[in-house]
Amino acid sequence: MGKLIVSLSPHAHSRDSIERNMYGVIIALMPALLASFYFFGLGSVVVTTTSVAACCFFEWAICKYILKKKENTLVDGSAVITGLLLAFNLPSNLPIWIIIIGALFAIGVAKMTFGGLGNNIFNPALVGRAALLVAFPAQMTTWPKIGQWDTYLDAETGATPLSIISSAIRLGDASVLDQLPSSFELFLGSSSGGAGAMGEICGLALLFGLAFMLYNRIITWHIPTSILGTVFIFSGLLHLSNPVYPDPLSVLFTGGLMLGAIFMATDYVTSPMTPKGQIIYGVAIGFLTIVIRNWGAYPEGMSFAILIMNAFTPLINNYVKPKRFGEVAK
Amino acid sequence: MKIKTFSMGGIHPAENKLTHEVPTIVAELPKQAIFPLGQHIGAPAKPVVQKGDKVKVGTMIAEAGGFVSAPIFSSVSGTVFKIDTAIDATGYRKPVIIINVEGDEWEESIDRSNKLEEVAAHPELTPELIVERIKNAGVVGMGGACFPTFIKLTPPPTAKAECVIINAVECEPYITADYRLMMEHADEILVGLELLMMGAKVTKGYIGIETNKPAAIELLSEKCAKKFNGTKYLVEVVPLKQRYPQGGEKQLVDAVIQRQVPAPPAIPVNVGAIVQNVGTAFAVYEAVMKNKPLFERYTTVTGKKLANPGNFQVRMGTPMINLIDACGGMPEGDNKLLAGGPMMGKALTSVEVPICKGTNSVTIISDEEARRKEPQPCIRCAKCVGVCPMGLEPYLLAKLSEVKNWERAESEDITSCIECGSCHYTCPAHRPLLDNIRLGKATVMGIIRSRAAKK
Repeated sequence: MGKLIVSLSPHAHSRDSIERNMYGVIIALMPALLASFYFFGLGSVVVTTTSVAACCFFEWAICKYILKKKENTLVDGSAVITGLLLAFNLPSNLPIWIIIIGALFAIGVAKMTFGGLGNNIFNPALVGRAALLVAFPAQMTTWPKIGQWDTYLDAETGATPLSIISSAIRLGDASVLDQLPSSFELFLGSSSGGAGAMGEICGLALLFGLAFMLYNRIITWHIPTSILGTVFIFSGLLHLSNPVYPDPLSVLFTGGLMLGAIFMATDYVTSPMTPKGQIIYGVAIGFLTIVIRNWGAYPEGMSFAILIMNAFTPLINNYVKPKRFGEVAK
Repeated sequence: MKIKTFSMGGIHPAENKLTHEVPTIVAELPKQAIFPLGQHIGAPAKPVVQKGDKVKVGTMIAEAGGFVSAPIFSSVSGTVFKIDTAIDATGYRKPVIIINVEGDEWEESIDRSNKLEEVAAHPELTPELIVERIKNAGVVGMGGACFPTFIKLTPPPTAKAECVIINAVECEPYITADYRLMMEHADEILVGLELLMMGAKVTKGYIGIETNKPAAIELLSEKCAKKFNGTKYLVEVVPLKQRYPQGGEKQLVDAVIQRQVPAPPAIPVNVGAIVQNVGTAFAVYEAVMKNKPLFERYTTVTGKKLANPGNFQVRMGTPMINLIDACGGMPEGDNKLLAGGPMMGKALTSVEVPICKGTNSVTIISDEEARRKEPQPCIRCAKCVGVCPMGLEPYLLAKLSEVKNWERAESEDITSCIECGSCHYTCPAHRPLLDNIRLGKATVMGIIRSRAAKK
């Protein structure tokens, strides 16, 4: 007879794993990735490949040579997600060397300096994007027009829906908004939909990803719903008060709003731990996004809103507690 | 109609009820029976026999060692071999009485017939007499917690019992002992319920059963209608949605009557409920109506690699290895031997550990399922918060215990943890959440006790 193995209960496990969740997110990102290939062609292939490869390289190298961990954390898949999300936030005509700097910021500065997966305060991909936006404002704010199959650095650039909205608000002229494609076109990302970052063009593809992650219980509904709901209500009220603000559906499907609400704000590590906290976090992100978009210096506010709320996550965790079983309302 | 369940958290572990439809068989008598003196919550029992004494089946061999305690009865006839120590389910050597088995001679006072005794035929039964007989027969909660039953029936004056809830949930994977008992002794269980309601002086009763046992729901509903219709008793079979840990007392009360028991020290009767396991209801029937003390029970012996898993009616004190051998012997290789199921069972260090009052199952986990995976860093996915049935934050309690921040652990309600293991089960990073929380809970409870003692 063999040995008896002893440990404390429970003796059963769900067989869930970090890998299952991370690879699940990667699968959920696939529709949006295919959409970006479809809309931006060669440029998006080069940018995505560079970003993912660079993120993986930095994760592996830092793990092996600086942190000297026994098991390399590259296999958990989180670096691939960071690489994909960083690429989704970039214009498809960005030079390779700038992408590599972005990846170094994302993985090296925002993630591994804090101790790697699970310990970072800020969303790595967004830190990478924010760093590039500050360091290379010109390259990071000219966006290729969609529907150019075989161009990379030489892609023709154009106005994004967000810049149209932004100038409408600044000029106080609602007729500028007539240049906007219809909200349905924005949702599908059809070719007259203008220009933009790679991953944010097709709302439909992102929603497929959301459905996949909810179905597989990778994330819960709290964060995406509270962000999208807040944005819809807040921008709807603004639109009613003054037609210079665009209608709420166009707001939802422009820029990085869907991408941020579905994939960036729901990052496990940097979002709150309780459902109540997640709703507070989501509402605040939605609110801040609209504030920055409409009255800030940048036409896009999603990534800054998420980064700001990342900083508040520990505070939310500290003060927002789930309702305990049997707790009597105070 | 919406099927009821408890209000927060919970998981769906794989059922693995291998022995659902395997009829119960009577286990063979052991050559030697071992009776640990601490088989229940509270003070260990005190031996009343000495080496060399002759005992019969049903002879008291140890008396209650305090108010919260229970007497222990011999399940075999023979000679007291010695009063010694042996490894029990805790893994430590604990005091035991060992009896060498000779024949099978029962105490005369026990009614061994199969005739169903109804309460109506016994006008002498009063609530006090029922509680007295339950106490004297050593009946304790048979779902695993082993809290003396008579204490539950006599709540403190600050609380008032309103109903008895029979726990027929059996939400632990693998275990089928309660299910078999319901299918084979439904009438006795219902008489037991009637006695419990009389003892607690209530007229409302519930039987909570998960929907994975449709045959039991149907059988008991039918028998309940026949037995209780037109009487002063109102008994309802409540089908419950399958979800672990529904068999936890607080979860069951929440599921069945939608009342939440507040944080400790509150107990179910503070919201009017007295919860008893089906096995306990059966033991109450035998104790009160058949004058048979608690020395026998239903136990499932199960495991994926076991040749013939089964359900047994077994005398307490029987070493587990006897039952395992009856099922085809220990599987090859390294195994995990559990007293109880995979979620809350205790891993044992010896195959000689005897079946006790609370042993509802002997579960053998084999191969890679028996070993834990290496823990990885917490990725803060919040899944543990989502599954906690007590509304706690397991990741935080585990961390606070690791860094020994007992004060904060107390203010984050670590003592409310019911140790169901849902957090540990669900953690994608395989973190030993419950190990740490248990340590923290025990330490904080010690601090609370010593603070109370100082006052």
